[in-house]
Amino acid sequence: MSEHTYVPESKFGKWFNDRLPLLTLSKHLQDYPTPKNLNYWWTFGGILTFCLVTQIITGLVLAMHYVAHADLAFDSIEHIMRDVNYGWLLRYIHANGASMFFLAVYIHIFRSLFYGSYKSPREIIWILGMLIYILMMATAFMGYVLPWGQMSFWGATVITNLFSAIPFVGESITTWLWGGYSVDNPTLTRFFSLHYLFPFIILGLVVLHIWALHVPGNNNPVGIDIKKPSKDTVPFHPYITIKDLFALLIFIIVFSAFVFFSPNTLGHPDNYIQANPLVTPKHIVPEWYLLPFYAILRSVPDKLGGVILLFASIFILLALPWLDKSKVRSAIFRPIYKQFFWILVIDVLVLGYMGAMPAEGLYLLIARIGTAYYFLHFLVILPVLSSYEKTEPLPASISEPVLKG
Amino acid sequence: MFKKKLFAKFLFVLFIFNSNLLAAEKELLHVDWSFKGFTGKFDRSSLQRGYQVYNEVCAGCHSMSLLSYRNLGEAGGPEFPLNEVKNIAASFEVTDGPDDQGEMFTRPGRPSDKFVSPYPNVKAAIAANGGAYPPDMSVLVKSRKGGADYIYSVLMGYEDPPANIKLDDGVYYNKYMDGNKIKMSKPLMDDIITYADGTKATEMQMAKDVTAFLTWAAEPHLEARHKMGIRVMIFLIILTVLVYLSMKKIWSRIDSEM
Repeated sequence: MSEHTYVPESKFGKWFNDRLPLLTLSKHLQDYPTPKNLNYWWTFGGILTFCLVTQIITGLVLAMHYVAHADLAFDSIEHIMRDVNYGWLLRYIHANGASMFFLAVYIHIFRSLFYGSYKSPREIIWILGMLIYILMMATAFMGYVLPWGQMSFWGATVITNLFSAIPFVGESITTWLWGGYSVDNPTLTRFFSLHYLFPFIILGLVVLHIWALHVPGNNNPVGIDIKKPSKDTVPFHPYITIKDLFALLIFIIVFSAFVFFSPNTLGHPDNYIQANPLVTPKHIVPEWYLLPFYAILRSVPDKLGGVILLFASIFILLALPWLDKSKVRSAIFRPIYKQFFWILVIDVLVLGYMGAMPAEGLYLLIARIGTAYYFLHFLVILPVLSSYEKTEPLPASISEPVLKG
Repeated sequence: MFKKKLFAKFLFVLFIFNSNLLAAEKELLHVDWSFKGFTGKFDRSSLQRGYQVYNEVCAGCHSMSLLSYRNLGEAGGPEFPLNEVKNIAASFEVTDGPDDQGEMFTRPGRPSDKFVSPYPNVKAAIAANGGAYPPDMSVLVKSRKGGADYIYSVLMGYEDPPANIKLDDGVYYNKYMDGNKIKMSKPLMDDIITYADGTKATEMQMAKDVTAFLTWAAEPHLEARHKMGIRVMIFLIILTVLVYLSMKKIWSRIDSEM
């Protein structure tokens, strides 16, 4: 690539760049050849970076005013909402920001599924992305505990109790996680500490994720490799930066609509009641973005079984590049996979809905069918499809029109 | 085609589920609150009356520990004039101390004091109210599904119980309460208080005023939020249009080659 031979024009620039090649990096990021046929589904990488930075900055200021103590946490949040200058704004951005972050990450993941971005040579990008996603879930879960409302407390109780299902050592592990014999102050303080740490681990993984991306370059909607860089690609700046900015602004408009006009819609009213270990809420539900996994957990009558399935449903995604062996990346040229993709989308949405409903009767039955289908998709349908599906002819290159017939 | 059909089925299933759920829950009374919507604002005089209802009716049992008297004079709230805020605060006895002799003492309240609670602690509140804790009202509106409409509905939802329901002593029937049983007796009756501004104190008027007051108490910066929201939206939309036009211009160099 051309950037290796980059020489800064100014004398100081050259002197500095010989010692620390930041200017070479900057030049690489500007010139980075990007497929010119990327659609708006590709703008969510930039949007996610924005989300992470927003969460870190607002979180940093919130942490200056928040008190991590079981007796004081709830009131300290209200102190932020009432008495800290623009505290309400910071907290509503941070709380709704978590939801927007997940909305964006789900679109980003499903984009990857549709266009086969996880396939060779991008397996490491995919695995790093999944690790980021897993850490995001852990971070969001611990963040939700911090206001020490009823859902915070009982959500923490339900999730940490999952570990007690592990044979022999489960009880000890749970006690160790709690720092006591129930969810209490030690649990809250360690969750706060980890909630502060994890975003920076995510940030590190994001750097690796982008680094790994810049080795093979972006996948693209037709899913074929770059044939002629001069014809198939555009420099990242200004073409992709301006497009990402436009999409980001649309995203921020939606984000702002929640923050300013409906800031509590995505939360649960019970979390405005201070945690009370003696009163269990009627339905304990996690935040919306964890609901599909909650449905999978509850669809198994056995606790250990439910926990195994829950973790399997997440970790199965790490193996995706090897479960789907089809050489064709983009679903555009995979007529059957395309249909199964949409069924999976619906399956996950249905699971999410069932996760919000009480686990009984018809809800439970549908959750079980949904869970079974989820695993069927990854373990049976994808491997079978990769050998039997008749794919459509691929275009010769990105810049040439798709061959007809 | 296939996609659309599946989505239609999915939406249909969702609809069936939702309508089942709604049938199980009682439809709340809906009020056209002044604070709803993008430009929603509180009605000052309603908030001031609402404070009077809270002070003369609710505050006997319900604390409001997150609010300070100074909040009553702040922008976006009831906006009582400063001297009135001072008078309100001074009408309460606040325990302070210890003084130089190490003794606790009482003094008249100051605007910087938190609302004085009716009971020294939660246990005392429970003991004095037949085993039910009168919840703190600071964020009550935000802690109930349905928000302001729910609070209003409960206030207006007292009825004689149907013949088949037997109620224990100290339990009352309420159309909108979960399980229809509530341990608070009907709090509002026509002319139970005399409004300082001369408004007729009907049950409905008081319920509306106190609900508006509680909504403000739970979300004291609602007006500032709406105001900033409108500005942010206008700014973002203009910026988005400009960026869109720039994008079209920049990409036109590429599109013409294709």
